[in-house]
Amino acid sequence: MGKVEKVSLLSAKNKKLLKNPLGIENPVTVQVLGICSALAVTVKMKPAIVMAISVTVVVALSNMIISLIRKSIPGRIRIIVQLVVIATLVIIVDQFLKAFAFDVSKQLSVFVGLIITNCILMGRLEAFAMSSDPWPSFLDGIGNGAGYGLILIIVSFFREFLGSGTVLGYPVMEKLGVYNFGYEDNGMMILPPMALIILGLIIWFQRARNKSLIETS
Amino acid sequence: MESLVNIFVRSVFIDNMIFAYFLGMCSYLAVSKTVRTSMGLGVAVTFVLVITVPVNFLLEQYVLKKGALVWLSDSFATLDISFLSFIMFIAVIASIVQLVEMVIEKFSPSLYNSLGIFLPLIAVNCAILGASLFMQEREYANIGEATAFGLGSGIGWWLAIVALAAIREKMRYSNVPAPLRGLGITFILTGLMGMAFMSFLGITL
Repeated sequence: MGKVEKVSLLSAKNKKLLKNPLGIENPVTVQVLGICSALAVTVKMKPAIVMAISVTVVVALSNMIISLIRKSIPGRIRIIVQLVVIATLVIIVDQFLKAFAFDVSKQLSVFVGLIITNCILMGRLEAFAMSSDPWPSFLDGIGNGAGYGLILIIVSFFREFLGSGTVLGYPVMEKLGVYNFGYEDNGMMILPPMALIILGLIIWFQRARNKSLIETS
Repeated sequence: MESLVNIFVRSVFIDNMIFAYFLGMCSYLAVSKTVRTSMGLGVAVTFVLVITVPVNFLLEQYVLKKGALVWLSDSFATLDISFLSFIMFIAVIASIVQLVEMVIEKFSPSLYNSLGIFLPLIAVNCAILGASLFMQEREYANIGEATAFGLGSGIGWWLAIVALAAIREKMRYSNVPAPLRGLGITFILTGLMGMAFMSFLGITL
């Protein structure tokens, strides 16, 4: 405690916390966290966006709460304490979705519950919130949630656009009239394996542009 | 009996945890570098699933479901506390993982060391919680079916991780474009394996 740090709420350092996870420290493509749900909810854009917002809220709040109580958590049982905090927040999000967005909640099915075991949460809590102040932890949570959401939205855009010919439910392909020329939706895009392949291609693209991320093995 | 075999085969091949639902991807990607370690993790995950799914099934039947607490008192007939299932399931899973960790440490220290950080992380492996949540959503009729589902999911996960590890061991000798090396090619491999697994969809049980 003691020393009060004189940093403004959005200093350069804090801005970095927000910005880095969108690119060079992306939780999905670089830190390899939270893949499980990143792929399963990306058939359509709407559930993907709802999922991205839910995860961002849970990461940001749990990061902040754990950071507030980090000094009184005994090291040996920290995982269970973290899980309890996360599970409580996820229950709130789940009940909220059931009350206000029931159809989306049905589409997401078990994946809302699986936010609890989303590796992004545990990863960020262990790597950042356990050793940082509440405000930077909160920003780190927002940043990582947004980085995760970005990947979700990119993957779901391609899957929905190429697989069903719509964007956010709006029938783009039909309005363009391409069906008249014999175009057909690619049914493969809706199936689970394509999500993995699109993500593989996103990683390829990112690493080709940013050579420092290339793995040497 | 027949339905048990059906559920088992379904959960190994058709509803495979990795290829159909992408559950447990984090440790799947991180531990699949050698066949030996992935065998160990596969066994551990299967073991934890076989215990946690039936335990959570009992919890669901006798505590969480609407009217499940009626054995305690008739006044609980309309009580529905299934919104607490996330926190109850994760508590059961975390304690069983702790138990498995101690057993493995005692009987196979070499396996314990090679699994390293990933053993405690089974607690936050999506496949484990996912199996419990699917068990809840699909409403299996009795504990036998729940166990068959747990065992099948575990073996399906095991099969997937060992297969991927075997391919990755061979991948070391192939010339992958530099930006695709490591994570990228592993995703594409998993996608291709998933397409192969989709051929099981035609089986009607």
